[in-house]
Amino acid sequence: MNIHAQAAAETDKDYESAEIAHGISPRHIGEVVLEVRNISLRFGGVKAITDVSFDIRDGEIRAIIGPNGAGKSSMLNVINGFYHPQDGEIWFHGKKRKPLKPHQIAQQGIARTFQNIALFKGMTTLDNIMTGRLTMMKSNVFWQAIWQGPAQAEEVRHRETVEKIIDFLEIQAIRKTPVGKLPYGLQKRVELGRALAAEPKLLLLDEPMAGMNVEEKEDMCRFILDVNEEFGTTIALIEHDMGVVMDISDRVVVLDHGEKIGDGTPDEVRSNQEVIDAYLGVSHD
Amino acid sequence: MAESTVIGELCTFPKLLDHNARTLAARPASREKEYGIWQTWNWEQVAEETRALAMGLVHLGLRPGDKLAIVGSNRPRLYWSMVAAQMAGAVPVPVYADSVADEMKYVFEHAEARFAIVEDQEQVDKVLSIKDDLPKLEQVVYQDPRGLRNYDHRQLHPYQDVQSLGRQHASELRPTVDAIVNGQGPDDVCVMVYTSGTTGKPKGVVLTNENVLSVAKGAAEFDKLSPVDEVVAYLPLAWVGDFAFSMAQAYLCGFCVSCPESQETLLHDLREIGPTFYFAPPRIFENLLTTVTIRMEDAGAGKRWLYNTFMKLAERVGEDILDGKPVSSLDRFKYTLGEFLVYGPLKNTLGMSNVRVGYTAGEAIGPEIFRFYRSIGINLKQLYGQTEASVFITAQPDGEVSADTVGVPSPGVELKIADSGEVMYRSSGVFREYYKNPDSTRSTKTEDGWVHTGDAGFIDQATGHLRIIDRAKDVGKMVDGSLFAPKYVENKLKFFPNIQEAVVFGDGREYCAAFLNIDLNAVGNWAERNNIAYASYQELASHPHVYATMKEHVETVNRSLAADPMVSGCQIKRVLVLHKELDADDGEITRTRKVRRTIVADRYAALITALYDGSGSVFVETEVTYEDGRKGTISATLNIGDAETFARTGGSEKAAA
Repeated sequence: MNIHAQAAAETDKDYESAEIAHGISPRHIGEVVLEVRNISLRFGGVKAITDVSFDIRDGEIRAIIGPNGAGKSSMLNVINGFYHPQDGEIWFHGKKRKPLKPHQIAQQGIARTFQNIALFKGMTTLDNIMTGRLTMMKSNVFWQAIWQGPAQAEEVRHRETVEKIIDFLEIQAIRKTPVGKLPYGLQKRVELGRALAAEPKLLLLDEPMAGMNVEEKEDMCRFILDVNEEFGTTIALIEHDMGVVMDISDRVVVLDHGEKIGDGTPDEVRSNQEVIDAYLGVSHD
Repeated sequence: MAESTVIGELCTFPKLLDHNARTLAARPASREKEYGIWQTWNWEQVAEETRALAMGLVHLGLRPGDKLAIVGSNRPRLYWSMVAAQMAGAVPVPVYADSVADEMKYVFEHAEARFAIVEDQEQVDKVLSIKDDLPKLEQVVYQDPRGLRNYDHRQLHPYQDVQSLGRQHASELRPTVDAIVNGQGPDDVCVMVYTSGTTGKPKGVVLTNENVLSVAKGAAEFDKLSPVDEVVAYLPLAWVGDFAFSMAQAYLCGFCVSCPESQETLLHDLREIGPTFYFAPPRIFENLLTTVTIRMEDAGAGKRWLYNTFMKLAERVGEDILDGKPVSSLDRFKYTLGEFLVYGPLKNTLGMSNVRVGYTAGEAIGPEIFRFYRSIGINLKQLYGQTEASVFITAQPDGEVSADTVGVPSPGVELKIADSGEVMYRSSGVFREYYKNPDSTRSTKTEDGWVHTGDAGFIDQATGHLRIIDRAKDVGKMVDGSLFAPKYVENKLKFFPNIQEAVVFGDGREYCAAFLNIDLNAVGNWAERNNIAYASYQELASHPHVYATMKEHVETVNRSLAADPMVSGCQIKRVLVLHKELDADDGEITRTRKVRRTIVADRYAALITALYDGSGSVFVETEVTYEDGRKGTISATLNIGDAETFARTGGSEKAAA
């Protein structure tokens, strides 16, 4: 039976049974994992975010877009626990979240990258990604200090995970290179690696493609999609560049001047008049 | 056909594999760096893995006589799949991993591949993009599952799954596979290798087990290879040389083949493995030397002095010491000091500390480059081979190495020079045929088994070594009757780290002229140190300073050409630096980076006219193809430089060929 004959006989059943036979679970978008309800954030008299609500579902790629100063990064910082909003609630896994410190939120399985790369410039790629495992290091200071017994065994375990991430992101060649020496696009990739090292359930990416050339952007898109597919990680990303986002996201939230002006699938958002106005720059009365 | 070399019972790869699994069981056979650690499989494990894959493939429907295409970089699993295909009675067809979809389609279509084993998503995507045009292609197996989770898996299988299929059905399939393996003999087809095609479409060269194994065995004995040798496989799987070294000789001698983690980590991986047997086309040696030169230029004054001083010494006595010729005690002492201070660390950086035998093959190597490596104590030799000969035609024996010959006939090879000056050979390695191309087979191979190489050369009377001048069809005459040998001149030009590629014209003309490509790494580095700003290759290439440097290089080459009576007519009068790098995606060079002269001449006809009509600059617009197949154009106004030529300084002219 050749490919054409098989194509003619194509049924969903065939397709599914092939996937089951290979033990492959197709991509699945599940329940809401994180819900943002009526968030408002002010810095003194400046309103950064006004009454914004949206949700993020398990396994999806969710984008937050908007022009400069729309409040995208502030929103991410609220989810991340870096800013505490004056009004509104965040519900995580069906429970209302108390105000937490960023490291507590990291322990809940939320990891992020930063718009302006925040790596340890003098440390190697390997060591930088290793720091992402920090919340999972359990052996005590004594063992860590002499680097024997449990500490060593633990390090070997973590190193294996880190090496798998290095392999995944195809950065083997820069494993031992101090990140300060790397070009921008690669530093971004290392930062993604560090976030992945925490094995997050929810990954927040702050402008992962800012300042990249077309090729680097395409690579990054590929990695984001692969992370989502391979590990089933839920991803929320902020992006400036509409084109890229529309291709890879399941749903998009659009912010402008701190307010939500659109929410839906890329196609819905693209045809939303308010969104078009915000991006084309219609005068605001 | 020449007398069959005795390879006895062990006349196929599957039989050799079983033999190695018995006799060398626990010795390492394949090694790959993954997750930062070298993972090793011994011969017994490789035999098991390969058989499991073979059985799985049979279960999926692979039948004797089928073709199985293999696409990817150097990975142990892809090497195993070649033997697995043979175990199922199929013929492996390695395909260049960097070929664009169209090139891949041509090979798949021509070979009528029913199965394909590919490395990763990139290759799967490429195969899927052409599969509608390939009705014969049925099953695709991939090695790296990443990113392929949501693909249609009806004809797509992960490598491991195929192996477990084989293991599950071992009881019924093992006898089938064993029967196929036992039934195979020296005359069965071993592999089909597509030539890179410097001219026209690639041709499928059909090689039998006898072809591949007999000459590889002879050559292995010639170089005394043994199970303790170490080889790093990093050259394209689809290149016949890689098949001969990393497959045939590894299986015959039982040494371990290591695969690097990625192309980018190669230098580091080479250093960790320290191969004892090393082979590379001249390009690799050129690139390494360029890297070394750049790094030395960036080094401090002290290190630079040390390097220059000892490299001068090495140039003077290094080769003699390597060949065991008499050298004064003082020089010997200084060389030992140099070994400690410069050569040793340099060899270590290049991953060549343990190299016992090194070969350069595939193209002529610039004599200066060749001498550089030999002078620091690396036993680099030249090998002359062809896909059609299962690689080996001539090779240089230890101690009889020189830059301008390619050595004596390999064991079992007969050599002769045709009246036209073309080199011809006959051996047990001579290919059976070009697949589905009897016309080409007839025009290349004579009735009694002699093969036309297409290279012009002569046998040096004093030493008995073969000397290649150039491709027979490229060698021409200038208007004044003097010999025109473009490649000879191009190689001299390419020795300069600044020059990446050169194309020389002059057949039937009054003088020679050249296109140059600058080496963006080397020249970019130079520009950075001299505060010259540039935004692109094009801008840097047209910089007046770059032009001045190029002119200097050309004049140096002219001076050295003037000293050789045979080629003194090939001095270059006019030169221009191309506005783009010659690119395989545009078809200007082959995947193995050989210049396709006629295509270049065609694409840039306007530039050639300008080289010969005396104009000072010329406008050009060129269509370029991007990696994903899209097309665009770039345009530029190029300046043409005039270079000085020199009177002949050498002795009287000898007859060429």
